[in-house]
Amino acid sequence: MLGRLTWDAIPFNEPIPLVTSAVLGIIILAVFGLITLKGWWRYLWDEWLTSVDHKRIGAMYVLLGLIMLLRGFSDAIMMRSQQAIAIGASQGYLPPDHYDQIFSAHGTIMIFFVAMPLVVGMMNFVVPLQLGVRDVAFPVLNSVSFWLTASGALLINASLVIGNFARTGWMNYPPLSELAFSPDVGVDYYLWSLQISGVGTLLAGINMVTTILKLRAPGMTYFRMPVFCWTALASNMLIIAAFPVLTATFLMLLLDRNLGMHFFTNDAGGSAMMYVNLFWIWGHPEVYILVLPAFGVFSEVVATFSGKALFGYRSMVLATLAICVLSFTVWLHHFFTMGAGADVNAFFGIMSMIIAVPTGVKIFNWLFTMFHGRVVFEPPMLWSIGFMVTFVIGGMTGVLLAVPPVDFVVHNTVFLVAHFHNVIIGGVLFGMMAGYNYWFPKVFGFTLDARWGKASFWCWFLGFYLAFVPLYLLGLMGMPRRLQHIPDPTWEPLLWVAELGSVVIFIGILCQAAQLYVSIRTRVSRRDRTGDPWNARTLEWSTASPPPPYNFAVMPNVETIDAFWEMKETGQHAARQTYEPIEVPRNTPMGLITAFFAVIIGFCGIWHIWWLAVLGLLAVVVTAAIFGWSEHRESEISAAEISRIEDARLRAVG
Amino acid sequence: MQKMPYASSRILCRGPRGARLRPWPEGALRCLAACAAVSVASCRQAGVMDPQGPIAAAEWLLMINATEIMLVVVVPVILMTLWVAWWYRASNPRAGRSLEWSYQGGVEFVTWSIPALVVILLGGVAWIGSHQLDPRAPLPSDKKPVRVDVVSLDWKWLFIYPDQRIAAVNQLIIPAATPVTFRLTSGTVMNAFFVPQLGSQIYTMTGMTTRLNLLADKPGDYTGFSSNFSGDGFSDMRFVVSAVPAGDFDDWVAKVRGSGSPLDDPGYGELTRPSSAVPPTTYRSVDPALFERIVDQTAQNPEKARAGNAWCPPTTRVGG
Amino acid sequence: MTAIDAAQPGLAPEQEYAGPSSTRTVVGYGFWIFLLSDIIMFSGLFAAYAVLWANTAGGPTGGELFDLRSVFIETACLLVSSYTCGLGALFAERQHRERFYIFSVLTFILGGAFLFIEITEFANMIGKGAGPSRSAFLSAFFTLVGMHGAHVTSGLLWQVYMVAQVAAKGLRPHVLRRLLCFSLFWHALDIIWVGVFTMVYLMGAR
Repeated sequence: MLGRLTWDAIPFNEPIPLVTSAVLGIIILAVFGLITLKGWWRYLWDEWLTSVDHKRIGAMYVLLGLIMLLRGFSDAIMMRSQQAIAIGASQGYLPPDHYDQIFSAHGTIMIFFVAMPLVVGMMNFVVPLQLGVRDVAFPVLNSVSFWLTASGALLINASLVIGNFARTGWMNYPPLSELAFSPDVGVDYYLWSLQISGVGTLLAGINMVTTILKLRAPGMTYFRMPVFCWTALASNMLIIAAFPVLTATFLMLLLDRNLGMHFFTNDAGGSAMMYVNLFWIWGHPEVYILVLPAFGVFSEVVATFSGKALFGYRSMVLATLAICVLSFTVWLHHFFTMGAGADVNAFFGIMSMIIAVPTGVKIFNWLFTMFHGRVVFEPPMLWSIGFMVTFVIGGMTGVLLAVPPVDFVVHNTVFLVAHFHNVIIGGVLFGMMAGYNYWFPKVFGFTLDARWGKASFWCWFLGFYLAFVPLYLLGLMGMPRRLQHIPDPTWEPLLWVAELGSVVIFIGILCQAAQLYVSIRTRVSRRDRTGDPWNARTLEWSTASPPPPYNFAVMPNVETIDAFWEMKETGQHAARQTYEPIEVPRNTPMGLITAFFAVIIGFCGIWHIWWLAVLGLLAVVVTAAIFGWSEHRESEISAAEISRIEDARLRAVG
Repeated sequence: MQKMPYASSRILCRGPRGARLRPWPEGALRCLAACAAVSVASCRQAGVMDPQGPIAAAEWLLMINATEIMLVVVVPVILMTLWVAWWYRASNPRAGRSLEWSYQGGVEFVTWSIPALVVILLGGVAWIGSHQLDPRAPLPSDKKPVRVDVVSLDWKWLFIYPDQRIAAVNQLIIPAATPVTFRLTSGTVMNAFFVPQLGSQIYTMTGMTTRLNLLADKPGDYTGFSSNFSGDGFSDMRFVVSAVPAGDFDDWVAKVRGSGSPLDDPGYGELTRPSSAVPPTTYRSVDPALFERIVDQTAQNPEKARAGNAWCPPTTRVGG
Repeated sequence: MTAIDAAQPGLAPEQEYAGPSSTRTVVGYGFWIFLLSDIIMFSGLFAAYAVLWANTAGGPTGGELFDLRSVFIETACLLVSSYTCGLGALFAERQHRERFYIFSVLTFILGGAFLFIEITEFANMIGKGAGPSRSAFLSAFFTLVGMHGAHVTSGLLWQVYMVAQVAAKGLRPHVLRRLLCFSLFWHALDIIWVGVFTMVYLMGAR
């Protein structure tokens, strides 16, 4: 009746997950209690949970990413602590089966539920505004996508409370992830939660590509789009091309585990090598899905805070598209040591190096944007400069790893771990922090406190080096990754330095929390009245902060790159115009309901409660059918209302 | 409430990026210096930085050369980034400003050329290096290679010497200055055989044979381990590679033949049971074709497959 | 021309972009991109089949299992159903409700026939002990062909829903947009089937 779900699933006899679950439970109850007491449910439901507005959805994505950053980071600090303590004979405080779950959860959460939501959320919020349009192509689908991602996040956190998580590493290679070696629910949690959120991501990708290619303000030809939109286009094209491969791969592993098939098993002709290939055919484009929008953020931020147009626009576009295409030609560099032979290895090594060329071009172009500019050191700019310095080091170690014989001696050591954290933290995370600080005033109408912002940057920057330079050294000294205890006591000092690094990063995170808290407390004094706090160049800054539901009362007519800068130069941005009523899509609980049933399907799939999973699937179909039957999905904003909103903004601007 | 990190400062210094005084707590600076010192001091010559064989030496040299080539570009780029950002700060009255300058063909040509040239150079290095250091390539030597068959198990390593017909677990004794030709497979999940001081690692996969050739220049003990995560006992999947003078190797083989138990099929079955931190053991005799049979014990083998129940994986491990 | 434009020499005067496309274009385009992503998912399954087709684990091979005659019949059913679907779509665009219904029914029957033949084939194979858990080849076969069959099934259910919508709401613009999506879907399934037919049945039965 309840599949394989029993009371044993709750970790009553394991203190760490038990206490963590209890604390999480208390926090959730406290938050729900607060919302209930303050009567905020109506507001949350109407304005946020059922919203189909890309601005709200984008903000929710980013919020999801930031919350999951706390979970992923707690895993990180637990891992660092374990490795610092468990030296020689000591087994530390985390037995292997816990430690294995923690590092698996750390990677999975950071990639799928921190980096992806941050990137997708930022693109969601910014791209329609930069394109001068009112919303994405499919607003309801946008809501469904977000809620499916949130469902995946919920499922993965549920593994803490009920059952356990995968113990296979975030890549989940077979045969270790097959039933014979991982018979428990852990791998199923991994597969179902990623499969569900993968659907959400794919739909978001389709939405965004359609938006960028088919919905732009009049006059905005492709080469007048902001570079962030180009990187968003490239990233979303990669999502469309890569995620279905992951879907197929996880489907095959699920079939192996649930229907006894033999795609990747050790017996009956299965091929574990095939999984590795398929996984990385997705996996490599995935990292470019994450980093290209970060590059886009830096292009916007460096131009704005240098008071100068981005240098070499066309080169940047060409470089972005080159990276997009090339990212599909390098996947084997993740397993040079599988023994493919010199010709194959060398080919993929060379292709991996070729991808460094457009990336290098971008760095130079950012440099030349600052050159002869007027550089202002607001937090977004600090994050950008920090990125430029850090990412070239990470890129350098990446090119090192792309030389197959070099990879043979550092693959799967902590040198590799240091490299990918170097580029993901230095690239993606710094980019998201820059974007967060840069666009926060646009989203919420008030700026973030700059001093706490700078403090958090410095802590992250220094903490990163403290945490990962020792790992480069340890990798060269012969320390493999994923060790639960450390056999060689001479590694201990470096591991303590790394631990200190993670503590400094933690302080950085605390500074960010403080920044948010202080900014909210003092928001009245830092209100953004003009909508353009940074004297920026692109169209999103031509709206009020936060933008009205319809974004633009009249869709702008675009004649150049950096359309808003042009508008400011000609005084257009403060011009009053005649307004027509605008139709906006109504809110709908469709996304939430789909997600609710998705969680049921996922949970029941994991625990083999098949009858309920099938019912859940039917419910999704029925919900879609009912929604598809509905009419009157738009509401109208009157011209008078639009006048009122726009006049308030123009008064501040003019 | 937490004080601002630099509200109460004892050291004020001009950072490289701001004309504004950037206060730093003294303690933080001391801590940073200590960490740097610790890192430098702890970084011993070990692992691949202490190569003890021609493969490792070549790979380490490749890494150093490639790094040096790239540093020629990376260091100036980092310095330029910091300098440009600082010099062109808004508060610098002496900095030239060209706020409309956003394109110059010559600059573009250079910015594409520099990375392209580096990549062409390194690409050549990668091509040549990959072929010269192909794990499958036998090492040039006047000595006849010693053959070792490697099987990764949960969570230990089985080394079979098919020519000497002996086997060992978690210890690999080889003659120094003699090439060793490995055939590798797995009796369980994917692992990777890695001895950093001798050079390249290679994956071990069930039903597949991978190949590796290494050589230890001098007698010595070198650490080996699995570098591909394989489960709860992974951290203990370590072994020692002892390179001994050639005469000592023959003595050792003779000694092993004279003591311990044979590695028969039931013995191998026992070995496939999960166990970790297994102390080094030897076996006086072993079927020289054991490796082939381990590799073939998959559904590819018609005999096994027709029996309906192809080779079974090792005993299912209970969670935790 | 502003300084920004002037700073980029060699920029030919670009054709003015008129603004956001019509809803029909946007919906059709978006759905087509979804279909492309679906084809990529299928390509993952095709790749798995290509890798695993020879791994029969001592069990039956494609040559031993496939009945090319019934495969040919089901292929013909599916291809003709695409034709009838296309005709139905044309009639719908021209607001000919009755003809649309007729061709929808024909499409449904042909699609149903395809499914019936395929399910029979699967049942026979499983009955002979050649189920998906027998070998890697069979896992890949059942998943690839079965996934296509699952898509056909969804298509048929969708078609019933669309006919109901036409009956209830008429051939209004938003209904027509959905019919466009359905047609794209049905034709794409045909394209994938051509791949399956060639790679699995024709090549496998040699």
